[in-house]
Amino acid sequence: MKVRILVSFKDSVLDPQGQTVKNALHTLGYGSIRDVRQGKVFEIDLAGVAKADAEKIIPEISDKVLANPIIEKFTWQIIEE
Amino acid sequence: MKFGVVVFPGSNCDFDTFHALKDVLKQPTAFLWHKNHDLQGVDCVVLPGGFSYGDYLRSGAIARFSPLMQEVGEFAEKGGLVLGICNGFQVLLELGLLPGAMLRNKNLKFLCEFVTLRLENKKTRFTHKGIKGQVLRIPIAHFDGNYYAPPETLKEIEENGQVVFRYADANGRLTEDSNVNGSLRSIAGLMNRRGNVMGMMPHPERASERLLGSEDGRLIFESIISRL
Repeated sequence: MKVRILVSFKDSVLDPQGQTVKNALHTLGYGSIRDVRQGKVFEIDLAGVAKADAEKIIPEISDKVLANPIIEKFTWQIIEE
Repeated sequence: MKFGVVVFPGSNCDFDTFHALKDVLKQPTAFLWHKNHDLQGVDCVVLPGGFSYGDYLRSGAIARFSPLMQEVGEFAEKGGLVLGICNGFQVLLELGLLPGAMLRNKNLKFLCEFVTLRLENKKTRFTHKGIKGQVLRIPIAHFDGNYYAPPETLKEIEENGQVVFRYADANGRLTEDSNVNGSLRSIAGLMNRRGNVMGMMPHPERASERLLGSEDGRLIFESIISRL
C-alpha cells in the first residue's frame, strides 16, 4: 500500500518561503494568486498492512516524526491499495 | 566541572566548543559520540552547533533519535545541566526539553554575523556572572533561528522568566532591525522552567577569546563553571 502524506505549516504560522514564492509569481504577472503555502510530501510504501493498520500508523508517525505539531499540520491519503 | 560535547554526524562546532572549554577555560572535557549510551560522568552536556543529519526533515529532528539522547533526556530529568548551542538548541526543541520550535529566518537568508544580545535573566545557572540588561556581542550562524511558540506557551515562558537572551541593538534596545531572524519577542536564548536546560542560537564558543573578536561568550561558560 502506498500512502501520500502532506505536511504544511499551520494557518497560524507564517510561511516566509510561501510568501516569497507568491511574490515571485506576482512579479511574473500572476496577480490573481492570493496566497502560497509551501509544504513537504512523503510517499510511504507499507508492506503487508491492512487499511485499518495504516489508519493507525500514518497519523502516529506524522505526529511523532514527519511533522512538528507545534508549527505543522498534516493530511494523508492512500494512493495505491 | 566536567563537560561533555555531543558529536552527531554533521556537527561542525564540536571542536570549537571542545577547544573553548578545554583549552581556553581549562575544564576537563570529553567528546560524547551520539551512538554511545555513556555520558562519561560529565556535569554538563553541551549540544554543539552544526547540521546534525544534514538538517534533513527539520533542523534537529533526526538527532533527537540518536541513542545518546535518551541518556541526555534522563540526565536533564535528574537536574543535570544541558546547554544547546544553535543546532543544539534546535535539537532540544525537537526533543521537547525546551518549548517552541524554529522557523526559517524572516529574510530567508543564512545569517552569519555578530549580533548583540540583551541579558534578560541573570538568576540562572548559565548567566549568574552577568548583569541584568547587560549587552553581549556574540556571533550567530543559522538558517532556522526564527523562534516560534504558540501564544499560551509564549505567555508562560515570559511569566516564568525563561527567556534568557533577546536580540537587541548595541544599547540594549529591542528593535525590528536588531531582531535579525524574526524571532517572536526577539528570543535568542531560552531555558526550561526548572532552569537546568538552556538553548541559545548565538555561539558563545566563537566569542571566548580576544583573538576571535569577543570574549563575551565566556560569561555563559564561566557561570556554569562557578555554579550558583
